[in-house]
Amino acid sequence: MPEVYPAPANAAADGVAMMRVNVKILRYDPEKDRKAHWETYPVEAQPGDRVLDVINWVKWYVDPSLTFRRSCGHGICGSDAMMINGRNRLACKTLVRDVAKQGGTITVEPIRGLKVERDLLVDMDPFFDAYRAIMPYFINEDPPPPAERLQSPEQADRMAHSSNCILCACCTTSCPIFWVNGSYLGPASIVQAHRFIFDSRDQATNQRLNIMNQNTGVWRCRTAYNCTEACPRDIPITTIIEEVKRAVMYQQS
Amino acid sequence: MHHRYDVLVVGAGGAGLMAALYAAKGNVSVACISKLYPTRSHTGAAQGGIGAALGNVAEDHWEWHMFDTVKGGDYLTDQDAAEIFSKDIIEAVYELEHMGLPFSRTPEGKIAQRKFGGHTREFGKAAVERSCYAQDRTGHMILQTLYQQNVKAGTTFYNEFHVTDLIIENGRCCGVVAYHLATGEIHTFHAKAVILAAGGYGRVYKITSNALTLTGDLMSIYYRKGLPLEDMEFYQFHPTGLAKLGILVTEGIRGEGGILRNSSGERFMERYAPTIKDLAPRDIVSRSIITEIREGRGVGRDKDAVHIDLTHLPREVIEVKLAEITDLARTYLGQDPVKDLVAVQPTAHYAMGGIPTDVNGLCLADGQGTSVEGLYAAGEQACVSLHGANRLGTNSLGDLIVFGRRAGIAAAVYARQAEYPEMPENPEQDSIEVISRLKNASGSDNAAVIRKELQESMMNNVGIFRNGPDMEKQVEIVKELKDRYRNVSVSDPSVRYNSELIEAMELGFLLDCAEAATASALNRKESRGAHDREDYPERDDQNWLKHTMAYKDLDRPGNVVIGYKEVALKGYTRAFEPKPRVY
Repeated sequence: MPEVYPAPANAAADGVAMMRVNVKILRYDPEKDRKAHWETYPVEAQPGDRVLDVINWVKWYVDPSLTFRRSCGHGICGSDAMMINGRNRLACKTLVRDVAKQGGTITVEPIRGLKVERDLLVDMDPFFDAYRAIMPYFINEDPPPPAERLQSPEQADRMAHSSNCILCACCTTSCPIFWVNGSYLGPASIVQAHRFIFDSRDQATNQRLNIMNQNTGVWRCRTAYNCTEACPRDIPITTIIEEVKRAVMYQQS
Repeated sequence: MHHRYDVLVVGAGGAGLMAALYAAKGNVSVACISKLYPTRSHTGAAQGGIGAALGNVAEDHWEWHMFDTVKGGDYLTDQDAAEIFSKDIIEAVYELEHMGLPFSRTPEGKIAQRKFGGHTREFGKAAVERSCYAQDRTGHMILQTLYQQNVKAGTTFYNEFHVTDLIIENGRCCGVVAYHLATGEIHTFHAKAVILAAGGYGRVYKITSNALTLTGDLMSIYYRKGLPLEDMEFYQFHPTGLAKLGILVTEGIRGEGGILRNSSGERFMERYAPTIKDLAPRDIVSRSIITEIREGRGVGRDKDAVHIDLTHLPREVIEVKLAEITDLARTYLGQDPVKDLVAVQPTAHYAMGGIPTDVNGLCLADGQGTSVEGLYAAGEQACVSLHGANRLGTNSLGDLIVFGRRAGIAAAVYARQAEYPEMPENPEQDSIEVISRLKNASGSDNAAVIRKELQESMMNNVGIFRNGPDMEKQVEIVKELKDRYRNVSVSDPSVRYNSELIEAMELGFLLDCAEAATASALNRKESRGAHDREDYPERDDQNWLKHTMAYKDLDRPGNVVIGYKEVALKGYTRAFEPKPRVY
C-alpha cells in the first residue's frame, strides 16, 4: 500500500494547496468480520473537498468494498448521513477543511441506534416505520375548491422549518433517548408531525396530537439539543419539539 | 423470488410516485421499486419551481405557455404534447396544493409565482411570472408530498432494488428483473403493465448537477433490446452550476432579479438576448457564458466561470426565497450571495431525449408509431417530446406531474382489461450472467478510471459547443472504453450490499447512453436548441425538423443505426409555425 493515497475528486494539483489527512473509517462486513474495526487511509485532499469526495476516492481507487449510501452530493437527498468526528453530519455537506487540519485525522462511523448492515450503511427501516406512524400526509376531507386553498404567507411560514426536513436521520440517531429506547418515535418524526399540525389547511391535528401524546411520543424528549446540533438543514428541532409539546398540553386543557 | 402486480413502477421520483398514485386510483395492484430509498430521488434537487399559467401574479394563459414551450424547444417540441401539458399543468398544480404541498404564497394567500427563463406573456413580448414555487426547494416539496400521498394510499415499495433487465416477449412487456442490494438476490416482477420512471443520465458528464445515481439505467436497458432512444443529442447544460462543483444554482436566482456579469462586471446577456436578457432560455445563456469565457472574460483562477450578482437585492429575498442556494454558496464556495458575487459555470443538467412515448406514456418501438404493449415511461427517462431541443426551466417538474399521471392512468386502464402475459422460462438468466461475468472477470481494469475518462471526454467532445471531428473522436473513445469495460472485475465477493457491483453495472449503462448520444449528435448536421455545432451553425428546418431515433446495432456491436420520427407540428387546437428563435 502506498504511504499516501493521491488526491481525491478534481484536485489534480491545479494550484490549490493540498492537505494530507488520515481518514479513519469504522469497517464492518458481517460476511467476514466478527466485530467492527478501524481502518485508516492516508489521503491528500483539497481543503474544499467534501468528506464524500474523500470516501468515494477510497472506494474507487483503494478499497472498493467500502460501503455507504450516497446520492445527490449536495445535501438534499439525505442518503449520506454518518458520524464524522463524533458528530452526525452529511458527508456531502462537510468540507475537509472544517473537520481536519494538515496532518490530522477525520473519523467516520455509521450513525448510531440503527443496526449496522455493513460499514457505514445502516438499516433505515425502523426510521421510516417511525415516520409512517405519525400519519405523515395531508388530511382535509372537505371537497377541494376549483383553485388552491388559500393560506397566508404567515400561515405558510409556520411550517417552513419543519417542511425543510430531508429525512436523513441525523437528528433521530443523535438522540440519547432514541439510543436507549428504540420505540421513541424520535425527533425526525416529531418534525414531520409538526409540519402537519401547524398546517392551517390540515384537519387531523387532534389525531396527530394524540399520537404525540403516547408514551412513544413527544414526552420522551429530554431537551438534550443533540438533534438541533446535528441537523444539516439548520432546523431548530428542539424548538419545534417544544411547540408540539405545548400543542399537546393545550389540547389536554 | 417472484412477485406479481398489475402495475409495476420503476423509479420513485416525481414521475414514478405520481404514476404509482394514479395507477392505484385505477383499482389495480401497484408496486414501486427504486434503487434508493423513497425521498432520495433527484426530483428533490429541483429548486426553482413548476410552471403553470395560473395567472396569480400577472395575466397568463395556457396558449402563452404552450407557445413558450414550443419556441423554447426550437420547434422540435411535439405540439400535441405541449398543448396537453400547458392545459393540464394548471389543474395539476392545484391538485398538488390539495395534496398539502406547502407552496410559497402571495399576500392574498394564493400560490406565489415568479419569473423564469423563456416564460413570456403575449407570445414573447416580456417575461411573465409563471413559476409556482415553494421557496427554492420546490422539487423537495413535490417529492415529499408525493411520497406522503403514497404512504397514505398504501403503495408497496421495494427499496434498494436495482433493475437489471426488462422482459419483453413478442412486443409485449411482461415484467422486470431486479437485484436486491441488501441480500444479493435476484427478484422477478411479473406485471401486466410496467411504467419506467427512473430518471436521466447526467453522470455521463464530468461537471453535472445530477446525483451520483443518475446513470441512465433503464434507457440503456431499453436500448440494449434493439429499441430506439429518441433525440439523445439534445442534452441540456444549466447555465448556473456552482463553479467546479456543478451543483445546481436555480434559475429562480435570475427570476428574482439576479444578474450575470463577466470579469469586467458587464451584464453581458444584454448583448445576446436584448429583450429578456438574463431570463433567456438555458441553451442561449449557457452558450453566452461559454462565449464570454472563450473570449477571455471569465472569472476565477482559471477564468472558466462568470459571476451571478444578487447584491442589489434585499437580504430577505436572498435568505428566504433563495435560502437553499444561499446555503450552498456559503457551504461550498465560502461566498455569501448577500454581499459577494457567486462564481458559476454551465453544468450538465437534463436529458431532453430518452425512451420515446406517445402522449399517454406508451413506449414506442420505432418512428412509425409501433408501440411496446404494456410498457410506459414518464419523466426525464422518457421523451414524449415536450421539451424538443431545449427544455424551459420549470417544465421538468410539470412534465413529471402531467405525464406521470397520464402514464399511471393509461397503465391502470390497460392492466384492468389485460391478462398476465406469459413470462419466458428463465427471465433472470441474462441478469445472472451479467453479474457473474462482473464478479468473475479476471481483468484488472478499474471501473472508476473508465468512468472518469468517459466523463471527461464527453464533456470535451459532446458538450455545449460541438463539431464533427471531436464527435468522431468520441465515437472511437466510447468504443475503446467499452472494450476496456469488458475487463472490469468486481473484487468484492460479498453478497450483501455489494455497492461495487452496482457501480460497475451503472458504468455499463452510462457507456450505452454515451454511445447513443454521441452517434445522434454526430448525425445531426445543424444547430438547434441545446445541440450547437460549430461546423453547422444554422438551424436547418428543410432537412432536420425531425426527431432522431437511435438504435443499437445488435449485429455489429459499437454501431448505431439512426432512424427518424416526424415532429407533431400541430396541437389539438393551436399550432405554432417554426420561426427564427430570437429573444
